[in-house]
Amino acid sequence: MTIRHHLSDPLLIAYAAGTLPEAFSLVVATHVSMCDDCRARLGAFEAVGGAVVESSSVALSAGCLEAVLARLGTPEPVSPAKPKSQLPTPLQDYIGGDLAAVKWRRLGMGVRQAILPTSKGAIARLLYIPAGQAVPDHGHRGTELTLVLQGAFRDETDRFGTGDVEISGQELEHTPVAEAGCDCICLAATDAPLRFNALIPRLLQPLFRI
Amino acid sequence: MLLDLAPAPMTYSAMPSPPNPRRQARFVKARQAPVTQDQDWAAHMIAVRDKQDKAAFAALFQHFAPRIKGFLMKSGTDAALAEECAQDVMATLWNKAQLYDPARASVATWVFTIARNRRIDIARRAKRPEPELLDWAQDDAPDQADIYEAAQETKRLTAALADLPEKQRALIQRAFYGDLSHSEIAAETGLPLGTIKSRIRLALDRLRQKMT
Repeated sequence: MTIRHHLSDPLLIAYAAGTLPEAFSLVVATHVSMCDDCRARLGAFEAVGGAVVESSSVALSAGCLEAVLARLGTPEPVSPAKPKSQLPTPLQDYIGGDLAAVKWRRLGMGVRQAILPTSKGAIARLLYIPAGQAVPDHGHRGTELTLVLQGAFRDETDRFGTGDVEISGQELEHTPVAEAGCDCICLAATDAPLRFNALIPRLLQPLFRI
Repeated sequence: MLLDLAPAPMTYSAMPSPPNPRRQARFVKARQAPVTQDQDWAAHMIAVRDKQDKAAFAALFQHFAPRIKGFLMKSGTDAALAEECAQDVMATLWNKAQLYDPARASVATWVFTIARNRRIDIARRAKRPEPELLDWAQDDAPDQADIYEAAQETKRLTAALADLPEKQRALIQRAFYGDLSHSEIAAETGLPLGTIKSRIRLALDRLRQKMT
């Protein structure tokens, strides 16, 4: 798996700082699980966080240490690594299992989605696009992150294969098409509703929360 | 967008070194101060991890708990809650000591990640999805050079941070105090990220070595 499309610095910084909405954090955590390059960059940004902590000191009240010493018990043992599966563990935690456990809902034209439970501010969903099928062309009111978990899709900008993440801002209008040969499964997060150009998808939007 | 790391105006090694009175002044001060190198913090942390050494824990507490409290207060937490959370963070450091790998992160960096998670907890009560842990548990004793490098990195970044013009330093701090949203960070053109470019390359080399 050669990943060509990575997370941006602002996304990794915001994730390191802990300010991303949960749905975006899920995409970041899942991509980082698949991508050494972004894992290394995240580690570097967290080290900057370490330096910021180093330079922020405020005096403690008396007895602060003693109170903590009194409550130290036996440290937790390391939990054994989970067996390898199709999906990275952060995503499995939200699905409650592997791909087989996903509760898909039909969106029409063979496209299916499953919304994952995250806090407000952004929505995370799995999208299933049959090989060769297109998602109706749309623009973005906010940011959309699309991480390919299986197969590949193309749009006006490039090809996105397994592990790649596309970051779409307000300037992008696109029609993603799943490549022939393999159904495409993506994890997508949006912080504002999409802007569909055709009438029918627009009418269906509130129903599908897309 | 300037956040592109390609040009590295602030790469640490590329900084003009000799005629900088501020840096020299700090260097002298550091030499006179009692030895509190971050490298030692890693040794303390290993003593906590491997021997449940309470004296080592107390030393870590004296250094880090005031900094965690300061960090959380700068993030908008009131003093009483910040102190309580600093205690929680230090207790977590004890409880999860088995997860600490000195070759991958300095103690300061590890403390930061625990404090950040605690902050997310109190502010939003949202879950934080974490990347899959790499299976490094069976690793042989970590390389001393890696441990040294991780510790040095925090020292270098702390010095680099102190050397930045006030405006840029404030921006970085605000980003990590959780004051800036993702789009604000993306729109910000003054973040001097070249500083960490070499760190990224090192981390990546190490990951590749480990995973092959």
